[in-house]
Amino acid sequence: MTIRLTTAAAAIALLFGTGGALGNDKPTDPQIAHIAYTAGVLDVEAAKQAIATSKNKTVVEFAESMLRDHESVNKQALDLVKKLNVTPEDNDTSKSLSQAAEAKRQELAKLKGEEFDKAYIEHEVAFHKQVNGALETSLIPSARNAELKSLLETGLKLFQGHQQHAEHVAAELK
Amino acid sequence: MFITRAATVLFSMGAAVMATPSQAETIHVAIDRLVYRPAEIEAKVGDEVEWVNRDALVHTATVKGGADVILPAKKSGRLVLQEAGSFDYFCRYHPNMKGRITVRP
Repeated sequence: MTIRLTTAAAAIALLFGTGGALGNDKPTDPQIAHIAYTAGVLDVEAAKQAIATSKNKTVVEFAESMLRDHESVNKQALDLVKKLNVTPEDNDTSKSLSQAAEAKRQELAKLKGEEFDKAYIEHEVAFHKQVNGALETSLIPSARNAELKSLLETGLKLFQGHQQHAEHVAAELK
Repeated sequence: MFITRAATVLFSMGAAVMATPSQAETIHVAIDRLVYRPAEIEAKVGDEVEWVNRDALVHTATVKGGADVILPAKKSGRLVLQEAGSFDYFCRYHPNMKGRITVRP
């Protein structure tokens, strides 16, 4: 369990770290939009899996919050790219994120009950921590458009809240 | 008969006098990027709090074991303060959002 989590976290860290999938070049706005949107979609999918699988009220409520918030933010992101006439551009970071999420989804699909709850919540803590790190150190500083930057900053504030919420639920499950 | 009428007059006057100085007020609290602004407010019994949610997210203003006001995205919600005391409240969906209302009698 711990090993698996560490691996997932390391994979995400690698994506955003220097010399990772993004290389040394700063991501462009269309790439940033794609990465942020993808991260949101992946967390929505994870939330749907948790809602369908978990029988723990606290875990289901947390997942419902993730679903509600990430869908809202992604709707804002879509509205913004439409307004700016930007086409989100697929890139290696988005692809790696999706692959890591698919592996996690399959791993979680084998678990039930408390085991599932703990694994899902701990992954949520790790996922938000990594995405927040990426927003702070790479995506926000690289964003050129002011409105995109502002949306990412709002996202960071929200996802920091999600991370704390997940940490709180994780502590409750122990 | 006379007593009843006098009592009615007195009661009415009393009510009029009471109503004038203690006009209920509406206190506005904005929600912007997951923060209640201002986070702490003071009010008196009968006042109303209006939360204006500027975020594109659903929030709540919830007192543990008490009021629960749902604040849809870009909408507002209201609560009439009926009880004196100091009330900590939070958002059920984003529990790190916190505020406090101090209600004077």
